Order: sequence, then C-alpha cells, then structure tokens
Amino acid sequence: MTETTIKVDMLARVEGEGAFKVVVRDGRIVATEFRIFEPPRFFEAFLRGRDHSEAPDITARICGICPVAYQMSAVQAMEMALGVEVSQPARDLRRLLYCGEWIESHVLHAAMLHAPDFLGYASAIDMANDGHGDTVRLALELKKIGNSIVSAVGGREIHPINVKVGGWWKAPRKSDLMAVRDDLLRALDLAEAFVDFTAGLSFPDKERDYTLVSLKHETDYPMYEGRIVSNRGLDIGVEAFNAHFVENHVAHSNALQGRTAAGEAYLTGPVARYNLCHDQLSERARAAARRAGLDARCLNPYRSITIRAVEALFAVEEAIRLIEAYEEFDPACVDIVPRAGVGMGATEAPRGLLYHQYALAGDGSIETAQIVPPTAQNQPSIEADLESFIADVLDRPEEEIQLLCEQTIRNYDPCISCATHFLDLTIDRG
Amino acid sequence: MKPRLGVFKFSSCDGCQLSLLDCEDELLAIADAIDIAYFPEATRKDDVGHYDIAFVEGSVTTAHEAELIQDIRARSSALITLGACATSGGIQALKNGADTAEFIATVYAHPDYISTLDTATPISDHVTVDFELRGCPISKHQLLELVAATLAGRAPQTPAHATCIECKLAGHVCVMVAGGQPCLGPVTHAGCGALCPGFARGCYGCFGPKETPNTAALSARLAANGTARRDIGRLFSTFNTNAPAFRAEAKAHD
Repeated sequence: MTETTIKVDMLARVEGEGAFKVVVRDGRIVATEFRIFEPPRFFEAFLRGRDHSEAPDITARICGICPVAYQMSAVQAMEMALGVEVSQPARDLRRLLYCGEWIESHVLHAAMLHAPDFLGYASAIDMANDGHGDTVRLALELKKIGNSIVSAVGGREIHPINVKVGGWWKAPRKSDLMAVRDDLLRALDLAEAFVDFTAGLSFPDKERDYTLVSLKHETDYPMYEGRIVSNRGLDIGVEAFNAHFVENHVAHSNALQGRTAAGEAYLTGPVARYNLCHDQLSERARAAARRAGLDARCLNPYRSITIRAVEALFAVEEAIRLIEAYEEFDPACVDIVPRAGVGMGATEAPRGLLYHQYALAGDGSIETAQIVPPTAQNQPSIEADLESFIADVLDRPEEEIQLLCEQTIRNYDPCISCATHFLDLTIDRG
Repeated sequence: MKPRLGVFKFSSCDGCQLSLLDCEDELLAIADAIDIAYFPEATRKDDVGHYDIAFVEGSVTTAHEAELIQDIRARSSALITLGACATSGGIQALKNGADTAEFIATVYAHPDYISTLDTATPISDHVTVDFELRGCPISKHQLLELVAATLAGRAPQTPAHATCIECKLAGHVCVMVAGGQPCLGPVTHAGCGALCPGFARGCYGCFGPKETPNTAALSARLAANGTARRDIGRLFSTFNTNAPAFRAEAKAHD
C-alpha cells in the first residue's frame, strides 16, 4: 500500500494560524483535516459578568479584519435582549459602516491574499514588482476608500469606537461623509476595473452542490439584517439559529465546526449570498458580474474572487446611496434601561454569517455569550472541497497539489483569528 | 542591502499587523525600503534566517508560543512589539487569575483537546524587547513613524504623555468635566489623537497606561461623578487589563 501525506504547517495569506492535512492511501484520499491552531482566547468565557454596553468593543477584538461585523451582530443581539428599537437613520448608518468594511476586507482578500494564487506569486508585493503594479495600486486605492468610510463613520479603520448599543455615540457630520462620497464616485470605476481584472484569471473547473446559507432581507442585499435562508428551503428568524445549526468540537481544531442540525456541511459567505440574493444586487453590479462571465447561479468556489469584487462594487454604490440620503440625527442613541433577557443577532461579515447570542441578568450584565463566526461554520465545507477537488490531481508534483489546496482554502477568505474556537497543509501518503 | 523584516503573530486579532497593509499609500514604498522576508498574513515566504527587525503582535498564551518567542529573539537584531496584546497581554489577559479549566469547559465540549497556559502575558515577560508600540489597535501614523525612525537609526517619536494632552490640542470639549462621562484620558498613553472624546465618548484606555499615571486620583474623581465601583473596575480591566498600573487599580475595585 502506498501512503502519502501532503501537509502545510503554516498557511499563509489568511488571517490567523491554520494548517491542513490530506491523507492519501493507494491514490485515494481517505481523510482531509483543516486544523485551526490559533490559540484559544476564551471570549465567551470572559464576557460573562461584563456589562452589555461593553460587548461591541470587546467582541470587535476577536478579529482585526472584520471588527465591524462583530460590533454589528453584538449590538443587535443586545438591543433584542434589552427590548429597544433603533431608529432607521441609525440603522442606515450601521449599513454604511458595514459597506466600508465589505470594501476594505473584500479588496484586501481578493487582491492581496487570493489573486497571488491565480497568478503564481508569493504575495501581492511580488505581483506589483512583476508587471501587476497597476492592479495592486488600484486595489490599494479602493481598499483605502473603504477604510475611509469606516474612519468617517466609526472613528478609525480597525476597532471603530463610535458603535454603541442603542445607536451611536455621535452621528457624523453630513459634510464629513460627503467628502468620502467624492472618493466613492471615483471608486465606482476602480471597483468595476477590479471585477474585470478578476474575470481575466483562470479558474479550476470545479463545483459542488453546496447547502448555501445566508441572511435575506425583504428589499436589500443582505448585510446588516435579515432572516436566515438556504437553498434547501430554510427560512427562519435569526432567533431560531440554534434550533437549526450546531457547533461540534473535533480533536484537530481549536475552532468549533458548524453543521446543520441534520449534520450537513454548509457554506456561508459571498458565494451563498450571491446565489441566494442575486436579484437584490444593483443593476450595475449584476452587469459587471455578467461581463465577468457569472450567471445568477455560481457554485464554483474559485470564482468567489469575482463575487467579492462584485460585492465590493455593490458596496461602493450602496455607500454612495446611503451618504446622499443621510441626515444628521439627534439623539444619536436611544435610552437603555437594563433588564434581564436573551437576545440574538446575525449579520453578514464579509466572509459570511456571524451569529451572537447573549443572556443578560437584571442589572444588564452578561450571563452567557455565544459567538458563531463564519469560518467555524465553513470548516466542514472547506474539508469537503479539499476532498472533492484534489482527487484528480494527486499524480501531480507535491508543490502543485499544495498550492491548489491552499488556493481552495483561501476561496473562503478564512478568518482564523475569528474561528478559534484554524491553518498548515499536510498530505499524508503514508 | 535592505534590512530584513519578519512579522510574527502570537495570540491576537491580526489587527495590528493589518495596520501595515492598511498603509495603502506607503506599502509599496515600505516594500522598496525593507525586505519583507516573513509576513504570513501577506506572503507565502517561509520563516528562515536572521531578521534585522522583528515585529511581534500578540501575547503569549500557549507553551508553543513561549518557546517560539525565544527562537525569534535569538534570530532578530531589533525586536519590536506591536499593540496592546504584545505589550501588556491584551483582552485575553482577562483569563489571568480565572479558573482556566472552567474557561475551557465553558467554550469547548472536549476540554482535553485544548492546550493553553493559565495566563496571557506580554512579550517582555519572556524576552528583551527593544521597543513597544502601544494601542488596541496601534496607530498607523505611529507605525509609519516607527518604520521611518528604525530605518534612520533614531528613536521613534511616540510621546508617553496622557491622551488628555492630545485632547486639549484637538480642542475637544472635556467629556468628563463638561459631560460627566467616565474617561481614562488623564491616565492613558497618547497616540490615538484623542479619538473617543472627538465622538463625545470617554477614553477607554486602549493605549494602556501613560508614564506615571495617577489612577487612584482618577478613580476618586470617577466615583465623585457617580460612576459605580464595579464600572470603575471594568473600565481599568479591558484591553490593557494586565498592564501593572491598570491591573492594580482594577483590583482596588474588585
């Protein structure tokens, strides 16, 4: 019997520390293991006893790449527990902040972390030094404009300080947002050019029949709020998440693994949102997707790089719309009266569905906290992709297989810092 | 020869090293001046050889990390920590003094799969650190100053005075005196430009203690303003909870 192990002990160009192992026996894959060894930090434990008002700032520190996502899910869960409604202008401003994070996170991943896989470079800096300087500079400019939204609304790019349970600390000045709008008008062309760049890449011809899960909103492409839906007919309120999804703890990972209650792997993130909510994208974003060769249905995860670019374009348009409609509001925050309660919140982080649930004591302090990040939910799907997509390339050189495995994992824009509670690659041929 | 830079991650959120990629206008210029030899968040290149500069993000929370930092120190000329985790332990230092086994059991179904130390500790508890950059997250402007100063062979200009001074320079109305809100500005290290007061919010101390902070005097003032004892304790025990001055003040409000 021939046995081979292909492994990567430190997966690069992802946020956090993960590893991967494929075990091959007699030319057949017998096991795939996607391992998160990012050290556990125990947020759900030390949140207990903290005040409800501290959750957005503390949970932001789970991830420096998508802190806004943590803040958005946290505030909604808290507001449900406390029984308060946040005004529409305050909610629109939250969607604007989220647009900024989608742009910066999507462009960071697509251009700086994922594109080098398609073009055969170690990094975006090597790409820039070898004839792709214009693309990298374009991406950096677009990412910067996304960050400028986060700064203008949230105070700073990483761990914004303006988000508050019940609303905001301070509604930004319209004139400050209009200054960002000028850059966003330029970003429309940059984002469209970036979609076209991704269309020129070559994609492995692979797809799977995924169970796709995302939020869905009555009118808007999902981001800040909505119901949880799937392509298998699921349509539930956010508060029913735990009745339909479970988290398992496996020996090879410091991240819990999400599955449906029936034990199925599922996929959350840009591919799920695009397939489930395509008709809610703007006409310009749909046209850019069509030009890039995407139909309304796309189950090739390697094409997620284009979907991220399309979503970044959409987020630019959406940010312009929100800024133009924005009117300063006062008070910035509704009054909060502490009470006992349970609250749930789910939003669409750039890399997928992010669920928070808290139980509060009568004095408003946190009794229990549950946080289910997108990468934890995607882990079983990542393992299934590896098993399914590399079976026909096992005769190729080790380095080539390893690169394909890494690219396959990066399709998910895995955020390992988030999921701990993830990456290195091992192919075990015995 | 360009100096070789290694960027290393310990227990953290990735946000401080992301600040390097967030230098959108300067990143390619930095890459021209410095050989970014190891930076797994951005490049596949392997960790080999000696570094002229090592940037370390994150705190030490596992036995593996405690060994790794020794190896990185031995292979680096200048070791510089980036941010609150590496400099004081970070938010995860909230587990220090708690029951680790109970913490593991709270989060994980199979505690036996989890390997972790009882504490989250700053890098300086383990090896000699040449410079510590504050913040949760660090300031991009201070990071660029640190890179420029390091290339020029001079000390970075990152004043250790209070956020209060930046706040006065920015011309903000005092959120504590005029607004009655709890604010850590008087005892917090400068660097953010007094961001929170600019958003009508008290400073929450993410840059950690300033030089010689008088935390007891601030606590007395907070109490006089009506801040509950438990809330004063919480205020000092967030992202720099393990910084000695903040830890002691939080303990005094247990």
